[in-house]
Amino acid sequence: MIDHLNLWLRRVPTWPLYILGVLYPVWLLYQGMTGALGVDPVKALEHAIGKAGLQLLLVTLLVTPLRRFVGLNILKFRRALGLLTFFYIALHLLVWFVLDVQIASQVWADIVKRPYITIGMAGFLLMVPLAITSNNTSVRRLGRKWITLHKLTYLVAILGAVHYVLLVKGFQIEPLLYLGAVLLLLSLRRIPRRRRMRAA
Amino acid sequence: MAKRWTPDLTQEDVTPESLFMNRRQIIAGLAGVGLAGLAAPAARAETLEPSDEKAITSYNNFYEFGTGKGDPLKYADRLTTEPWSIEIDGMVERPGSYALGDILAKMTIEERIYRFRCVEAWSMVVPWNGFELADLLDMAGVKEGAKYVAFETLVRPEEMPGQRFPVLEWPYVEGLRLDEAMHPLTLMATGIYGKPIPNQNGAPIRLVVPWKYGFKSIKSIVRITLTDSEPPTSWNKANAAEYGFYSNVNPEVDHPRWSQATERPIGGGFFAKRKPTLMFNGYEKEVASLYSGMDLTKNF
Repeated sequence: MIDHLNLWLRRVPTWPLYILGVLYPVWLLYQGMTGALGVDPVKALEHAIGKAGLQLLLVTLLVTPLRRFVGLNILKFRRALGLLTFFYIALHLLVWFVLDVQIASQVWADIVKRPYITIGMAGFLLMVPLAITSNNTSVRRLGRKWITLHKLTYLVAILGAVHYVLLVKGFQIEPLLYLGAVLLLLSLRRIPRRRRMRAA
Repeated sequence: MAKRWTPDLTQEDVTPESLFMNRRQIIAGLAGVGLAGLAAPAARAETLEPSDEKAITSYNNFYEFGTGKGDPLKYADRLTTEPWSIEIDGMVERPGSYALGDILAKMTIEERIYRFRCVEAWSMVVPWNGFELADLLDMAGVKEGAKYVAFETLVRPEEMPGQRFPVLEWPYVEGLRLDEAMHPLTLMATGIYGKPIPNQNGAPIRLVVPWKYGFKSIKSIVRITLTDSEPPTSWNKANAAEYGFYSNVNPEVDHPRWSQATERPIGGGFFAKRKPTLMFNGYEKEVASLYSGMDLTKNF
């Protein structure tokens, strides 16, 4: 079954993922313009795009465990997933800056003074080198260093989830579930590969 | 005892835009001859235009129904608000369970257009209908020695789905100092825009303290207790570093996680400009004396 799925996936191109990924924010923007996001479209857009970014990051981190433990290979989509994550978080930041806070001096004050924003910002900045090196040339040139560099994704995911946990009021379960999912996906990578190697 | 506070304006004062521009020009003209001071109150009143009814009734923080802004509208129709009574107890002459109908029969309902400033740095202007809390407290008779008023929201998880989660400790509780409670601005609201208050806004009766952050204005009240010691308040219990007992609107004292210097008016769409937050939410003239001598950065 999995083998059939893998065979089929090999024929699925990756470009539709980029198209769909770009269409979602456009659709959100349209909804906001037409009132479908409610009376506070700014926060609705900011939160929706931020959460979608975090979800994409989780799917990106799911690629390796899926291959290792389920045998499902979606590796060819990982670059698209990672780049879309970066794109969404960049948009999230843009909405926060331009439509929400609006005042440049306050944006800077928030980044320096508010831990949840400092953490979110750090997560975004760490994604920049990853996005820049998400191309075949960089992979070739950096070799093994590329793999080491892209392990930054783990840190980005933790920072993103902590950012979400820190920004809510009261005791809320949803952001904790995201943090739990990140930690679970990362801990799966700690399971030693020894047994599999011996079997091979 | 109603009508102790005369509002800047009533709904009839909402100025058509053409007239507004006209008056602005007159004000500008007056400023030229040094009469700007005379024109200032009119200018202030003009900016206080009630928010859209849709904004007021679809964008709510009422965690008893969920933490999303749309959750209260989505789920609050499950709430039964009849019959409703308020237990008034503690240091009062006439403690007991007061049926809402009996209370309302004795009260004068007024319209009060107030600024509403949420601690999350968004704001609205709400045309409330209600009566002064002072009148209700007088009805029950406040005993000598009472210093604080404690309030409690209904607990009914079968109708309030948010109460199935420990977002906060239920029941939601709030409190005021007695002088704050007796202040003529402090309202018990039973309506919005001349209609019975929608469930998602705190039906059938809620508190409105316009110079404090919105969470002080406790909704769907079932108990009012007069005490001589500062009562616990929900958000303070949840996070004392972020939410104080007073929680007066103050642009100079930031929330630890965000600035309180400005606010986003709700209902203005994608490109609504932030505006500066006013000291005591614009009611400084009326309430600043309540806090004279107090360090507001400590008593936040």
